Amino acid sequence: MSKWIEVVELNNIPVLGSRLIKTRDTDIAVFRGSDDQVYAIRDTCPHKGGPLSQGIMHGSTVTCPLHNWKIDLASGNALAPDHGCSNVFAVKVEGGKVFLQLP
Amino acid sequence: MQKENLVLIGNGMAGVRTLEELLKLAPDHYHITVFGEEPYGNYNRIMLSPVLASEKTIEQIMLNGEQWYIDNGITLHKGKKVEQINRARREVIATDGTVAHYDRLIIATGSVPFMLPLPGADKQGVIGFRDIKDVDTMLATASQYTNAVVIGGGLLGLEAANGLMKQGMNVTVVHLLDTLMERQLDKPAAAMLQKSLAERGMNFLMEHSTAEILGQERVTAVRFKNGTEIPADLVVMAVGIKPNTELGKSAGLYCERGIVVSDTMQTITDPKIYAIGECVQHRGIAYGLVAPLFEQAKVAANHLAKHGIARYVGTVTSTKLKVTGIELFSAGDFTGNDQTEDIVFKDAASGTYKKIVLQDNQVKGAVLYGDTVDGSWYFQLMKDGTDVSAFRDTLLFGQHHLGDSGHNPDTRVASLPDNAEICGCNGVCKGDIVKAITEKKLFTLDEVRAHTKASASCGSCTGLVESLLAHTVGGDYSATPKTKPLCKCTDYTHDDIRHGIIQHSLKTMPAVREHFEWKTPDGCPSCRNALNYYLLCAYPTEYVDDAQSRYINERAHGNIQKDGSYSVVPRMFGGMCTSDQLRAIADVADKYEVPTMKVTGGQRIDMFGIKKEQLPAMWKDLSAAGFVSGHAYGKAMRTVKTCVGSEWCRFGTQDSTGLGVKLEELTWGSWMPHKFKLAVSGCPRNCAEATIKDIGVVCVDSGYELHIGGNGGIKVRVTDLLCKVATEEEVLEYTGAFCQFYREDAHYLERTAPWIERVGLEKVKTAILSDAANRKALYERFLISQQPAQIDPWKARADGAEAAEFTPIMIEA
Ligand SMILES: Cc1cc2nc3c(=O)[nH]c(=O)nc-3n(C[C@H](O)[C@H](O)[C@H](O)COP(=O)(O)OP(=O)(O)OC[C@H]3O[C@@H](n4cnc5c(N)ncnc54)[C@H](O)[C@@H]3O)c2cc1C
Ligand code: SF4
Ligand code: SF4
Ligand code: FES
Repeated sequence: MSKWIEVVELNNIPVLGSRLIKTRDTDIAVFRGSDDQVYAIRDTCPHKGGPLSQGIMHGSTVTCPLHNWKIDLASGNALAPDHGCSNVFAVKVEGGKVFLQLP
Repeated sequence: MQKENLVLIGNGMAGVRTLEELLKLAPDHYHITVFGEEPYGNYNRIMLSPVLASEKTIEQIMLNGEQWYIDNGITLHKGKKVEQINRARREVIATDGTVAHYDRLIIATGSVPFMLPLPGADKQGVIGFRDIKDVDTMLATASQYTNAVVIGGGLLGLEAANGLMKQGMNVTVVHLLDTLMERQLDKPAAAMLQKSLAERGMNFLMEHSTAEILGQERVTAVRFKNGTEIPADLVVMAVGIKPNTELGKSAGLYCERGIVVSDTMQTITDPKIYAIGECVQHRGIAYGLVAPLFEQAKVAANHLAKHGIARYVGTVTSTKLKVTGIELFSAGDFTGNDQTEDIVFKDAASGTYKKIVLQDNQVKGAVLYGDTVDGSWYFQLMKDGTDVSAFRDTLLFGQHHLGDSGHNPDTRVASLPDNAEICGCNGVCKGDIVKAITEKKLFTLDEVRAHTKASASCGSCTGLVESLLAHTVGGDYSATPKTKPLCKCTDYTHDDIRHGIIQHSLKTMPAVREHFEWKTPDGCPSCRNALNYYLLCAYPTEYVDDAQSRYINERAHGNIQKDGSYSVVPRMFGGMCTSDQLRAIADVADKYEVPTMKVTGGQRIDMFGIKKEQLPAMWKDLSAAGFVSGHAYGKAMRTVKTCVGSEWCRFGTQDSTGLGVKLEELTWGSWMPHKFKLAVSGCPRNCAEATIKDIGVVCVDSGYELHIGGNGGIKVRVTDLLCKVATEEEVLEYTGAFCQFYREDAHYLERTAPWIERVGLEKVKTAILSDAANRKALYERFLISQQPAQIDPWKARADGAEAAEFTPIMIEA
């Protein structure tokens, strides 16, 4: 089981916004909902690779900034009528800090 | 009752329309399963041409998304091609092995483009024009290559050629005959069409027969029988279609050109199997337009619902071309013969041509070019076989010649009879539309589309439907508030909310959402951005902007590009610059290794390919050199384009550049409902193209003409003249007042052009011209709103504001 890595303080993510986490393998967008629920998703839209971290978040969904696909942050799935999926990563908040689990 | 299994093969326009009709009549009769070879829901194939021309998006042409199938309990197998029908076991089998049992089966496999069997026709880059895949190929090719050749100058070929031209390709249409669209047009109309397409830049090789397609793997050129060649990176064959009977044939159904069906749309071989749409041959005819297919769909649905009273007896068709700005209508027999007489009107100067073919005082056919408002009337006369002897001499002038010589389509549509067909695709008559508008209290085009389907297919009757709407709702249709809610999160309209914000002193987004009982906690990308703007506009000095409610362009103060990088445009007031400024921009470009620079249409310099992390540092250097942000990314005042004017130009009447600089100093930084552009031309030669801007100033000897509401974008609109003023001070005051009126009145994301068309020019004139005190108050409010707005966002961020937005977090894992 891979370990949890601390990435950022919750307060350093804007509410209904995101921070971009760069790892050696991939870019990950960490979002914070208005209820402080946190989501982590690969920063690549299943449509044409748009940077999801730059989109507008609403509820638990982000709208891609390039062509407005809507991606569910919990599952990574594009909402109908579109089709596709972006990886999501396990993420948790403890003591005001956000931890990511990388595969 | 045990539900029967109904299987549909072909998820296209005819097949799914049959299901829609069936669900209306007998929603619970069948378990329905649909197989579609294409990996999409059901879309409006007709609209592929506007998609290719970038006038619509794929999302906008979806007719039934996947939710529709779910809502109606239909099993959809998309992306699965049926390869076998086993009639003995009543099963269909798809290539991936999926099997479905049927009690009744509908075949609606459409048709396939006819590909000329030329040597080289199998090369890469040779395609037909049929589905989303073809459009994707064309768009991708257009972004990489230059030369396109369209073989076939018919309806489809010309729409493909127009689309490719709009995508920037150099397009040549090759046609075997000497007239375009010979099946719909006679020679004079075809010549006028060819002329106006040629004026738009389309090339034609008439009377050319293709011999061979050249190239290694990919096409490089096309050779003709006369020995000549032209270069080609893309060849679109649009020479015809053939009914897709492959599956029907292999199942042993009797086929000629298409699968042969009876008047109840059942195949004549097997009554359990229905066939419908372009794959079908009915009474000897295979149709290639949707109107007849939709009639077939009604009949098939009626039979499937076991009402069994409808019969399909064939359809007379009419045609329109979907190329924006070209009006063309044709129906019936327009060539005529010994027994017929022609009535013809031709005015080459105004680009109008009308020809009506009569036999025994009945209309047999018509061709209209340039003015097609009466097309539906002639079509109706033709279908009804009306005796026209009583008004034969005024027939050509249209239905409304008597008593009304004006060319106002609103009044013309008003006097159409109730049974006049307005929407040819869906067979909707005027009476149906008027009834729906009055009974269901419809106010918008979208609502009429949803309730009647009129103008929901090819859209060429949209103008007529809008006129009907205007006429039925009454004289103040344009002033009638749209009942359309701002977005799905609320039932209230833009106007309700804008007024409520002021009336109830709502000063934050949560306050607005609470007051108007929002249905979602955070709102959505549509309403959040709109509310943020409305609050900013209402309380310019108090409201705290919400960065998360802005599109990324505004949040990052740069333009996001297709690869996720940004572009940066420094402001150059009035397009003026010095050698020092150019040098500073060049230095910044070198330092940040800017891959591409471009002079924009608004006379500024755009630097592309900047990584988001680099932005603050780059801005710092630019602001050190004296530049502020050009707001080229925002729903904001963008640029003031100028010509050189009286300082240098021998025609110039006033200092257009100087005035442009002053206007830009007045307006820069201001947030608007949408992007906003100005221009100043030094004389009526109008070198700054001021008459397609949101505000255009044209200098004349005695002062300044102020023009408003122009747009050079997707739908070009020339400005309306607001007024003429004598001094530069007045230009500034009127401009500020107009900006403010627009800021306070328009809906978010509504540009000035559609806004003025919606509210009417009179309203704008009243607010700014008739009431001097109001003008001054507007101007005053504009100046107040500008105080906090004219803070350079770049500088603030270069100095560290919103640092988190621009700083990624690096993880060593
Ligand atoms: C670019 C373009 C512009 C047009 N413009 C107009 C216009 O302005 N006005 C007008 O009236 N008409 C227009 N048409 C014609 C109109 O689109 C067609 O008449 C109509 O779509 C035919 O409907 P259909 O259901 O018979 O076939 P389609 O809509 O073609 O549907 C057939 C479907 O069956 C699927 N299929 C085929 N074989 C199988 C199989 N074995 N298994 C599973 N699925 C299968 C295909 O993938 C396809 O999706 C236009 C067509 C095109 C291509
Ligand atoms: S618009 Fe008139 S003044 Fe301006 S450059 Fe053109 S010709 Fe000269
Ligand atoms: S700048 Fe405008 S016109 Fe040009 S490609 Fe982008 S959207 Fe299209
Ligand atoms: S890349 Fe995300 S919607 Fe197109």
